[in-house]
Amino acid sequence: METYEITVEGLRYQYGKNKAVNDISFKVKKGEIFSFLGPNGAGKTTTINVLTTLLPIQKGKISISGFDLRTQPDEIRKSIGIVFQNETLDWNLTVEETLEFHGRLYAIPKKTRKDRINELIQIVKLEEKRDEFVKNLSGGMKRKLEIARGLLTRPKVLFLDEPTIGLDPNSRMRIWNYIKRVNKEGVTIFLTTHYMDEADQLSDNICIIDRGKIIVNGFSEVLKQSLGMDVIYLKTDQDEKAFKTIKNMREIKNIRKAPSELMISVEDGQKNMPRLIEQIRIQGIEIKSIYLKKPTLDDVFIHYTGRHFREEEQEKKKKIIT
Amino acid sequence: MRTEFLTIFWRDMLKFFRIKAMLFTSLIQPALWLALYGISMSSNFDRIIPEIPISQGVTPVNYLTFMAAGVISLTILFTCLYSGITLQFDKEFGLMKEMLASPLPRSHILIGLSLSGIAKSLIQTLIIIVFGYVLGVRFFNTFSLMETVVSVLGILLFILLFAIGLLFLSSTIALRLKTHEGLQGVITLFSLPLFFASNALYPITSLPLAIRIISYGNPVSYFIQGLRYFTLGSNFYSFGNYYQYSSFDVLFALLFLLGFAIITYLFALRTIKKVKIV
Repeated sequence: METYEITVEGLRYQYGKNKAVNDISFKVKKGEIFSFLGPNGAGKTTTINVLTTLLPIQKGKISISGFDLRTQPDEIRKSIGIVFQNETLDWNLTVEETLEFHGRLYAIPKKTRKDRINELIQIVKLEEKRDEFVKNLSGGMKRKLEIARGLLTRPKVLFLDEPTIGLDPNSRMRIWNYIKRVNKEGVTIFLTTHYMDEADQLSDNICIIDRGKIIVNGFSEVLKQSLGMDVIYLKTDQDEKAFKTIKNMREIKNIRKAPSELMISVEDGQKNMPRLIEQIRIQGIEIKSIYLKKPTLDDVFIHYTGRHFREEEQEKKKKIIT
Repeated sequence: MRTEFLTIFWRDMLKFFRIKAMLFTSLIQPALWLALYGISMSSNFDRIIPEIPISQGVTPVNYLTFMAAGVISLTILFTCLYSGITLQFDKEFGLMKEMLASPLPRSHILIGLSLSGIAKSLIQTLIIIVFGYVLGVRFFNTFSLMETVVSVLGILLFILLFAIGLLFLSSTIALRLKTHEGLQGVITLFSLPLFFASNALYPITSLPLAIRIISYGNPVSYFIQGLRYFTLGSNFYSFGNYYQYSSFDVLFALLFLLGFAIITYLFALRTIKKVKIV
């Protein structure tokens, strides 16, 4: 039987008349990385704020690590770690003091606290910055420090609200690696992001949310496959002969001839590409290049919402300009 | 007993000693008041006010010594009223989220802050007493050793109540206002009548009625009353006035400050429990 770390049923939250979260339900399995993916203003942060007890629960039923949010908020606070979307650091404290402050807030005994701080500073590679003031750290380092802080209490669930927002590509990759590493050690991860690639890279399970409602929920691969075809782009020295060779293969749904290549729509491209190559090679045709393009989450988003993922943000920008 | 409030205290003190400009100004400012305002006023007053023959058993007190208690109250007033700003900054820069999402009871944030308010007030008071002595302030002048010890304990108690009451007041204001710019204005607005409608720099008795009425409801006046009782005695003469404090006066002052602290605590607690961070 599968066990769930988080279950949310019929959650609603509204600010005045504005329904920020409108009747959403989902379950997060123990030990998985669960992503909440959606454009800005979709209701991601509101959901995370309710789950982490920062906002009062208005309507719905939430249970985290077996505790009921309504009746045992303190138990939940003790069993979760949070990395907020915006920086929440005191610039006048050092790296070590930041962690020390957090450990004391959660009343972790001194010995355990010191051990964990040492361990975490090593894990996020901030050993040399141990006594450095937070104000002198780079954006990536601050983020790592916040992640280390979130892990200090050995939480069962780590909430990450837009963990790599505003970071350079290198730092993002590194943060992703830490998140995966933490997850491998058994921490369930609840992540919100508006980056497609982030959700795609990290998640076991993705929930797409838009305008306060869940659009679709499922495994990244399953979501993409629900859109159907992968496309194989093929270049050979004899395109016409290759076309004739493969056009009757059962797995191939459609072939289009582009000026210098063939675009082959196929189900389950990863599995079928080797067989395709084999067929062509037998005919003595030389393959110049071949690659597989899977549908992206962006395609999934367009498919389910009828809108481009970035549309809303661009609209906002326009408003600011005018 | 849960002791997480010590964490809040620890962080606030760490910053107090770390941010050198803050430390320097908060220690120099009271000394400057004493040196500039105190010396210049007392040299004038001592010239203007004629030497009235003083009856037996009454201690004459020079103006500098008289107003030193006022400077102590002024310093604590400003230190504690401005301490609430730290909550505003935490709210604005996000650290409040870390605290609110933790299992820390919200009352501990207030208690921790008030502890650091007390600590800062005590450090500043000590500086004023020592620096004042160099300038000619004579506290505990006619006291025996035993009386001095009792007085020091009394002063501690008064500072404690006064400091936490002010701190809770400023925490309430800080948590209710949206921006720290607005907060500074409001705090300044609060501090002026609190300080000037009191017996800090001059006797209340000769003030216009309206100001006198304010001063009777003013915690600063009662704090100074207690402070003067424990530093100058129950019966002294200064600034053309006789001062006589009965034990009842001091007890009443103490109870007034206690009430002030309790009421402001209740307001602050109610406010901090309602704080929502989005």
